[in-house]
Amino acid sequence: MSRILKMAAVASAAVLALTACGGGGDDSSSSGSSAGSTVTDAQVQAALEKGGTLTVWAWEPTLKNVVTKFQEKYPKVKVDLVNAGTGDKQYTALQNAIAAGKGVPDVGQIEYYALPQFAIGKALTDLKGYGADSLKADFTPGPWNSVNSGGGVYGLPMDSGPMALYYNKTVFDKYAIKVPTTWAEYLDAARKLHKADPKAYITNDTGDAGFATSLIWQAGGKPYQVDGTNVTINFQDQGSQEFVRVWQQLISEKLLAPVSSWSDQWFQGIGSGSIASLATGAWMPANFVSSAPAGAGQWRAAELPQWTAGGNASAENGGSSLALLDKGANKELAYAFLKYANDGDGVQIRVDGGAFPATSKTLADEKWLNTEFKYFGGQKANEVFAKSAQNVVTGWSYLPFQVYANSVFNDTVGKAYVSNTTLSDGLKAWQDQSVKYGNEQGFTVK
Amino acid sequence: MTTTARTPARTSGQSKPVTMSSKKRPKGSILLTLLTSLMALYALVPLAWLLINSTKTQEGLFSSFGLWFDDGKFALFSNIADTFTYDGGVFTRWLANTLLYVVVGAGGATFLAVLAGYGLAKFNFAGKKAVFAIVIGAVAVPPTALAVPTFLMFSKVGLTDTPWAVIIPSLVSPFGLYLMWTFAAQAIPTEMLEAARVDGASEMRTFFRISVPLLAPGIVTTLLFTLVATMNNYFLPLIMLKNPDWYPLTVGLNSWNAQAATAGGEAVFNLVITGSLITVVLLLAAFLTLQRYWQSGLAAGSVKE
Amino acid sequence: MAVPQLAAPPAAPPQGVRRRRRSLGGWQFVGPFMVVFALVFLAPIGYSIYLSLYRNRLIGGNAFVGLDNYTQALQDAQFWSAVGRVGLFLVVQVPIMLFLALLAALALDSGRLYGKSFFRVSIFLPYAVPTVVAALMWGFIYGSQFGLVGNINDALGVALPDPLQPSLILASIGNITTWEFVGYNMLIFYSALQVVPKSLYESAAIDGAGQLRIIRSIKIPAIRGALVIATIFSIIGSFQLFNEPAILRNLAPNAITTYFTPNFYAYSLTFSGQQFNYSAAVAVVMAVLTIIVAYVVQLRGTKELG
Repeated sequence: MSRILKMAAVASAAVLALTACGGGGDDSSSSGSSAGSTVTDAQVQAALEKGGTLTVWAWEPTLKNVVTKFQEKYPKVKVDLVNAGTGDKQYTALQNAIAAGKGVPDVGQIEYYALPQFAIGKALTDLKGYGADSLKADFTPGPWNSVNSGGGVYGLPMDSGPMALYYNKTVFDKYAIKVPTTWAEYLDAARKLHKADPKAYITNDTGDAGFATSLIWQAGGKPYQVDGTNVTINFQDQGSQEFVRVWQQLISEKLLAPVSSWSDQWFQGIGSGSIASLATGAWMPANFVSSAPAGAGQWRAAELPQWTAGGNASAENGGSSLALLDKGANKELAYAFLKYANDGDGVQIRVDGGAFPATSKTLADEKWLNTEFKYFGGQKANEVFAKSAQNVVTGWSYLPFQVYANSVFNDTVGKAYVSNTTLSDGLKAWQDQSVKYGNEQGFTVK
Repeated sequence: MTTTARTPARTSGQSKPVTMSSKKRPKGSILLTLLTSLMALYALVPLAWLLINSTKTQEGLFSSFGLWFDDGKFALFSNIADTFTYDGGVFTRWLANTLLYVVVGAGGATFLAVLAGYGLAKFNFAGKKAVFAIVIGAVAVPPTALAVPTFLMFSKVGLTDTPWAVIIPSLVSPFGLYLMWTFAAQAIPTEMLEAARVDGASEMRTFFRISVPLLAPGIVTTLLFTLVATMNNYFLPLIMLKNPDWYPLTVGLNSWNAQAATAGGEAVFNLVITGSLITVVLLLAAFLTLQRYWQSGLAAGSVKE
Repeated sequence: MAVPQLAAPPAAPPQGVRRRRRSLGGWQFVGPFMVVFALVFLAPIGYSIYLSLYRNRLIGGNAFVGLDNYTQALQDAQFWSAVGRVGLFLVVQVPIMLFLALLAALALDSGRLYGKSFFRVSIFLPYAVPTVVAALMWGFIYGSQFGLVGNINDALGVALPDPLQPSLILASIGNITTWEFVGYNMLIFYSALQVVPKSLYESAAIDGAGQLRIIRSIKIPAIRGALVIATIFSIIGSFQLFNEPAILRNLAPNAITTYFTPNFYAYSLTFSGQQFNYSAAVAVVMAVLTIIVAYVVQLRGTKELG
């Protein structure tokens, strides 16, 4: 063999050897959370005085101001805020960095549905060791529940997404449609609207895992039961079936705009009135303002339609926490930032920037409750959202591999939107694929 | 393209002599021109769409017909200004990055391909056939297979999130290698090389002094090809880069497109479109400039009869 | 650019001492390329193969599993549906695109076209658009609610079929790929046509051959090498289809599944499911398939060369 080829072979072997030592096997041997050692407030304070550099990976726009003010207050600390992508893009980047063992940030923004996956992968530090479990009362029940996983506290809630029904009052009034208080009424409203104007739809839907799970959550369904590494997945339970009953009709009768959320067509539809309502989280107003200005003044916020008449159940949709990465460097400093941003001065800074808080104090604050939303014609929408936050159904869990499950939602349940597959069958396919994956990954899933 | 002197053939009426000569142009065919225009239309309509829609504001995009201007505003210049100033002027940074990646990456790839193609064409050595088989075989490997291992390798040496992470992988162009190999085999007479060797010139000197000028058109073609390949680089930079400051234009524009999909994000589709227009215009300019070299080079270096 | 026949380049005459000197000389030219190549291709491929022999799970860590990942891949219905899809894409899109490119090249070469330079440049233009940008553009255009398709529906009162629905999505992507590369292939063929020896045309004219006859008997056989190479690279490109489905996915999440193409499947496995190992096995299988197909095409192509 020629010299160069030999050299190449040697080089490849060397690289293989290098990476073989480093790759794989790391996670099971990593020390994981430092639940044993307790870090006191004094130590955290000392870290702030000593100063240092922090890397924070987050896409939340309101954090920019938080970082500025934090650096003003603690001049010895420098915070590097990096937008490494939104949602799963950032989770991918995080997982890559963790696998490589290099370039892991100190703090990461992690949505509630993804938190259990990172916690179980031992990628996050248990904040109990920093006294975080004493902060329970500071946060609303939904988010607090979501940052607790397997007995530990793996993040501090940053914002939350209690659901509401946003509707276009101008369109509703035009066709004399009453604001629906139950999902059955919603179905009727959908029929009435589409009949009156075939180019208008009550809402859009091309299959969204977060939306489906949130609605099942609201209906009292608990399809995911998680106990350590024992998981049960069951979309035949009562809550899931209620969702399917109503939603299947919307799909079959073609009452849902075939437009994907967050696409330019979606924003267009919201602005023009062709999409007449949205059932989504309390963080939506900022997006209305910035991306669908044509609809200003026409929309209002209302309570989410109920599954049982007279009820007041709600659910969370979206929302993220800030977490400490276990492979990050400056842990005490990082925790200090977490507390500042999510439990300290940072909260008001973010709320002023349009974020929806997860702190109970803010949700009870008179001034905040009385905020008038120009986009909603002056409505004090925060009152609706606060009420929703209090009524979130308890006992919901996400899968410890929800990120994967959500990624195959459209492969399975999505079929119901574009073919004769029923929603029920689609959910069963989703269930089966999630079970298969879980078992492959070492969980015991039924 | 080539002009050769030709004696008009003796023909018997209808069939015209087919010639590339500019001396005697045969009658143009309207039908052929029309048919070819259809194809040109197909190629140009989306580009026209791009141009027209970069004159619209974000709202205008939604409220006006796709293939005609928005009666309300002609916002091309404000869009261009906004594209360059949005988000702290990061677009200019992306432009600069792309320039860097292209010049060093495509330039480097061309250089390596020219060297290697010349070596394969004009020298006989052990393992030559294997080299080509391995290189073409490697092209068949899906890039996704290489992305994560490359990422892990690069992060071990601390190269991720740096321009090198984008440049180094783009230095290998198997197609460029093939192009240069076949071109060098054709365009450089071995006798010339023999003569130079007899004179005592080193291989490298022979290469630079004699061979490169002969290879010029092939080099330009390879450069064009690697230029486009580097511009098309999307997947690997996406994995390698975390800091938006180092994004190339493709990754940057796509991140702007996706950024509306987040709580509190702002839809800036008009900037995505305008940014795309700017990218395309710059590439076109590069192409049209290079094309002139290419044309004259072809005349000079065309295969002898 | 001259793209000659696909044949092994001429070998230098072997002559003892001379050969050894040239042997070193050869490597000094090929060496730099091979070093970077080893780093950028061979090492990751090696690592990929290594990864494919293990399985790293969320619970339980890393374990050697031998060829299990490969057995799983060979029985994976999603993987094979992806292979089938790119196979279908290949068999339809590549011939159409190359045929159109050939027509355009012949038109340019015929000498009977008005405004030849304009056509040469304009048909080539789409190649200068980065594929990511092209996918973004066509994504906007394909929108059947508020995109161009929707606009046309409203303006003309018709109901054009939604290009993004499952039954049409592959064709729509094929359209984008054809649009992007037809000009490039046209140029390859056109350049090859430029180096056809003029003497052949002279003889044909003397024999009184018509245009079509000339095309069939002289031009096309003469550029066979270019045709084969263009076909091979188009085949490899089709098997690796990724950018367009990836970018269009959020517009058509139900039509473009996570296993839409083999490359995209490998990508989803790695980045959504953290299944690095299985993804590596899928990629290796795919690479082998591609090489086989490309080799077969090359064999058939050069065999006909005679």
